[in-house]
Amino acid sequence: MLLIDCPYCGPRAESEFRCGGEGHIARPGPHDEVSADAWADYLFYRTNPKGEHRERWLHAAGCGQWFNILRDTVTHQINGVYLMGEPGPAEAAQ
Amino acid sequence: MTRKYSALSLLREGLAGQTGWDPAWRDAVPKERYDAIVIGGGGHGLATAYYLAKNHGITNVALIERGWIGGGNTGRNTTIIRSNYFFPETARFFEFALKLYEGLSQDLNYNIMFSQRGMWMLGHDRHGMEMLRRSANAMRLNGIDAELHDEATVRDTIPGLNTSPRFPILGGLNQPRAGSARHDAVAWGYARAASALGVDIIQNCEVESFLIENGHVRGVQTNRGTIRSETVGMAVAGHSTALAAKAGVRLPISSFALQAFVSEPVKPCLDTVLLSPATGTYISQSDKGELVIGAGLDLYLSYAQRGNLPWMERAAAGVTELFPAFSRMRFLRQWAGICDIVHDSTPIIGATDLGGFYVNCGWGTGGFKAIPAGGWCLAHAMATGTSHPLAKAFDLDRFRTGALIDEASASGIAH
Repeated sequence: MLLIDCPYCGPRAESEFRCGGEGHIARPGPHDEVSADAWADYLFYRTNPKGEHRERWLHAAGCGQWFNILRDTVTHQINGVYLMGEPGPAEAAQ
Repeated sequence: MTRKYSALSLLREGLAGQTGWDPAWRDAVPKERYDAIVIGGGGHGLATAYYLAKNHGITNVALIERGWIGGGNTGRNTTIIRSNYFFPETARFFEFALKLYEGLSQDLNYNIMFSQRGMWMLGHDRHGMEMLRRSANAMRLNGIDAELHDEATVRDTIPGLNTSPRFPILGGLNQPRAGSARHDAVAWGYARAASALGVDIIQNCEVESFLIENGHVRGVQTNRGTIRSETVGMAVAGHSTALAAKAGVRLPISSFALQAFVSEPVKPCLDTVLLSPATGTYISQSDKGELVIGAGLDLYLSYAQRGNLPWMERAAAGVTELFPAFSRMRFLRQWAGICDIVHDSTPIIGATDLGGFYVNCGWGTGGFKAIPAGGWCLAHAMATGTSHPLAKAFDLDRFRTGALIDEASASGIAH
């Protein structure tokens, strides 16, 4: 069971949230110039790491806000919470 | 040489004090080179090795497994076998698997305890009944047994259903030939039969990297040394992306944990398999008497083979809503397996961009029922270099062309 620290509401139980999958994926474009490979990549291919993962979460049964978390997919440890639009930890380190 | 299992051999061994049995399969040490390597000692990998030997005469095969055989999702599923799919491609494929299961105990000379006790899907409202009717029609058009029944028949067939449920039971769809089998026996039966044909089953052997030359696989580097082969197949479910990445191959798979539970064992009380999508209930009773309960996916990436509490609560709530008498029972065990989820809930079987490297993955939450067909088709691809006709539509290219086979919505796979 995850305890997720919503940046707007504070720590709440996992059951109040929905995971929106991997973060920081930009839609390719312009749409009529995007190859089939690039669409496939955007739609279906994910990093699926065994370790740290940057993902979007929605506080669905709370404030209704989206935000990002950095979570380990093996231990489920949450190592960071940051707002939508903020650079992810990997980018910040660069 | 492994002795054939029969009533006669049982009798003979009974009289001889059980001293003549051989181990069911050989725990092999890796050789330097093989005609084919299969990575993953679950049901699909073991079946692949067996059909490589049996169907294609390729017996110089290494089956390598990081842990022990049958220790991953093969030992973690709810053991249900059915073919109630919607689209012709998938229905044909899973029906082929069901037919192979029907003859598997004889074929392997190993009792997999396949019990065709039927599987019921319940309809709880008018729309649910319409979907069941649509599903029944699709199944029958695909030549698969399906029966739609009203509430009275459902209640006659399945004793103990809640008489005043929150979600009324309007009817149900039964696939009489569906059922359950002993999951460990499937793994061990395939292992024994493959080993008898000459396959080396190598446990505690983890792939560290792939040997690749000119875009073609040449073998694998493992913690037990280098093993060379021009043909490598992979069937590692939730770990597919991580392992394929070592071969430079990307797969459109996300890994999620799926939970299951068993209750304490009780006397026989449920002689069929029951699925109620509306209440989130998937339940059957094992031969040991435990109620086997499947939950849903925790919908965030996970490689932790344990589930979380919210689903445990939902699954228990669903079961007690349908069967109030079960509310006094206790969970005995809880666990999870890591599922290889693809967007359309249809498997991927066949070649990759790396020459000689074939994959069998994307089973999501329903790989056990497909084991014989998954192994059959991966073996075909590895032996011939071409897709088996049953698996032609299950190639990786469909994610680029958009020719998805969307069973996720068509047959109501809940995740």
